[in-house]
Amino acid sequence: MKMLDRFGRATTNFFEYAGGVTLLSAESVGFMARLRIRAGETVSQCAILGVQSIVIVILTALFTGMVISLESAQQAVAYGFSGFVGGAVAYGTVRELGPMLTAVVVAGRVGSAIAAELGSMVVTEQIEALRSMGLQPARFLVVPRLTALLLMLPLLTIFADVVSIAGGMWVAQAYAHIPYATFLSSVRQSIDFPDVVKGLIKSFVFATIIVMVGAYQGLSTRGGAAGVGQAVTGAVVLAIILIFASNFVLSFLLFG
Amino acid sequence: MVDVTLAFGERVVLKDCSLDIVEGAITCIIGLSGAGKSTILRLLDGLLLPDAGHVYVRGKDICHMTEEQRNEVRKKISLSFQFSALLDSLTVGENVALPLREHTRLSEAEIRRTVMDALESVGLTDAYENLPAELSGGMLKRAGFARAIVTRPELVLYDEPTTGLDPIVTNLITDTILRLRAKLGGTAVVISHDLPSIFAMADYVAMLFEGGIIAYDTADRIRSSRNPIVAQFLEGSEVGPIPI
Repeated sequence: MKMLDRFGRATTNFFEYAGGVTLLSAESVGFMARLRIRAGETVSQCAILGVQSIVIVILTALFTGMVISLESAQQAVAYGFSGFVGGAVAYGTVRELGPMLTAVVVAGRVGSAIAAELGSMVVTEQIEALRSMGLQPARFLVVPRLTALLLMLPLLTIFADVVSIAGGMWVAQAYAHIPYATFLSSVRQSIDFPDVVKGLIKSFVFATIIVMVGAYQGLSTRGGAAGVGQAVTGAVVLAIILIFASNFVLSFLLFG
Repeated sequence: MVDVTLAFGERVVLKDCSLDIVEGAITCIIGLSGAGKSTILRLLDGLLLPDAGHVYVRGKDICHMTEEQRNEVRKKISLSFQFSALLDSLTVGENVALPLREHTRLSEAEIRRTVMDALESVGLTDAYENLPAELSGGMLKRAGFARAIVTRPELVLYDEPTTGLDPIVTNLITDTILRLRAKLGGTAVVISHDLPSIFAMADYVAMLFEGGIIAYDTADRIRSSRNPIVAQFLEGSEVGPIPI
């Protein structure tokens, strides 16, 4: 009986959460569609969420590209396929690792920040104050962050792709003596423009996941500091799981 | 409010509670901590909806409105929060200007002038550029008042405006509420535990106890009330019908 009770509660909580995120997303998209976007705040969020994430994204992408190159160059040289290393790095980066790793890194940094900020605003009654002034928290707080990350995450992904390939190219040259020209030629042969576009489509979906999960977690914070902590942890963990799961679905739909 | 019942989970906070706020007067609601006084303010502002009963603002039941319709009603009501609830990312000036920027088509010059007027009413013109974190408790409360009155609302709700303040600042806050009422007119509802402050400003006093209003009369009559619960509360006595 207890098992059944727990299962029932878990199911209810799941649908309540999914419904809450969906409603918040629909409300936010509704405001965006009607162009009810606070431009100044959106620019400010572009700087906070996007520009301030550049260093961490570049470092992650650089080392990832270098590792892929290191591993593939080792094998490629051993089997005489050194001309394919560039393709291996670019293929994996542009279609999968670039969008996904950028999203995961940004989820850790930005998703947690959104949940913490909105959660703190809930416990200090600032969200209630907005509502009492007849202002909708979705338009006032969520829409600028969503718009900003929809603009910035694809740009960060492009940065990540370029840096990752550049890092891989340097390691391939330094470690396996593969000339830059050979590496770049292999890159050009293995990826084309639609691959880049599909990678960017993924980043739009990931941006929506990061902001909406972070915002919903923040806005549904209960209690004091402990509640904010739980909201932050939940935002990061759930966003990363959803990014991985949706990446599989998107890869299947776009490249399958 | 008519026959309002509201529960949070298993805990029934208000049960068939009715209260008719007198227009143009200052009404103070008193009661034990956790009795549901702040809940009444949130019901009046439509931030909470009752499980049963009705809340009428100017004859319209706000419980059966859409959120957009309630937002329209809220433009005529202001809630001043216990801990001021200023947005900590904005300066005091930007906080006070927020409802004007969002709900009016005033020019920036007009907004600045109106904001300075509101800040002057609460004696805070020097704090225009300060962030909320740079203000003392009393200044925060007054900045919250300025935001509450900047749109000249018909009804101002004050949630524990003097709680946690020293006696001098408490007097200052009480005077500020009275001056704002004299300057702007309108109706005010104040939640407070501070009896000297309540009887200094209230036209009417309502006492909330065990989910309902058990006494509601002019401040003078409440002060001399023979209701044992009211008398015990006003005396601050441990002996009487109120369970400790």
